Amino acid sequence: MTSHEVAFAVLAIVGLISALRMVTTKNMVHGALFLVITLAMVGGVYLLLAAEFVAWVQIVIYVGAIVVLLLFSLMLTRAPIGREALDNQQRGVAAVVAAGVLAGLLVIIQGAFSGTTFTAQPTRIAQVGYAIFRHFVAPFEVVSVLLLGALIGAIALARRDEP
Amino acid sequence: MIHLWLPLTFSATLFAIGVYGVLARRNAIMVLMSIELMLNAVNVNLVAFSQALRSALLTGQVFALFVITVAAAEIGIGLAIVILIYRNRETVNVDEINLLKW
Repeated sequence: MTSHEVAFAVLAIVGLISALRMVTTKNMVHGALFLVITLAMVGGVYLLLAAEFVAWVQIVIYVGAIVVLLLFSLMLTRAPIGREALDNQQRGVAAVVAAGVLAGLLVIIQGAFSGTTFTAQPTRIAQVGYAIFRHFVAPFEVVSVLLLGALIGAIALARRDEP
Repeated sequence: MIHLWLPLTFSATLFAIGVYGVLARRNAIMVLMSIELMLNAVNVNLVAFSQALRSALLTGQVFALFVITVAAAEIGIGLAIVILIYRNRETVNVDEINLLKW
């Protein structure tokens, strides 16, 4: 194993353990904080894959914005504590389905990519900007309109109706 | 040098944990958090394949950025709906919200 792979494995294991704790924890605020760890580890994985811009976007948007949004909505709604309050009755079925999905994916990965290796080429932010604004302008504009629609929709949904 | 199965296995496991969270949690906010896990797993896949296939246009990375944007929009709308439901029904448990269920 190269040092890259060792670092990758450490990040992946920490991220997966905190993801598991997130879906099994009894306290929702702890769940949100475990989500922070997982998202930060995914950002580290992007850095190891030499996708620098995606890594910083991950840190800024996910760890910075989305988790704060989640914590605020936990504050605005009731955040119950306890396994019965957070989990429904289908835990066993859910575990079976998740294990089936994982087994299927692992079989496919082992069959198709077991011997493939690659060396991550560092991508400069200028290349990403060039790709977005030269070749992906139309999707970029569509995403901008989607964000505007989501902004207006969220305000319209969450505000109180004044009499 | 990295074996491609490392990021792919990480991503598959993260996705399976997200599936478990979506199916087993009854609090709507926890369901949204699990959906974020699944979107992150897909993003890891996109970036890994973008590097492994040496995409000249960086298609995988650009698409990962678009997925992050759409996830931000989705979580904003989702939390607005959750807060609206909480205001009307005093609960955010997805198994108690059956207004549209026949």
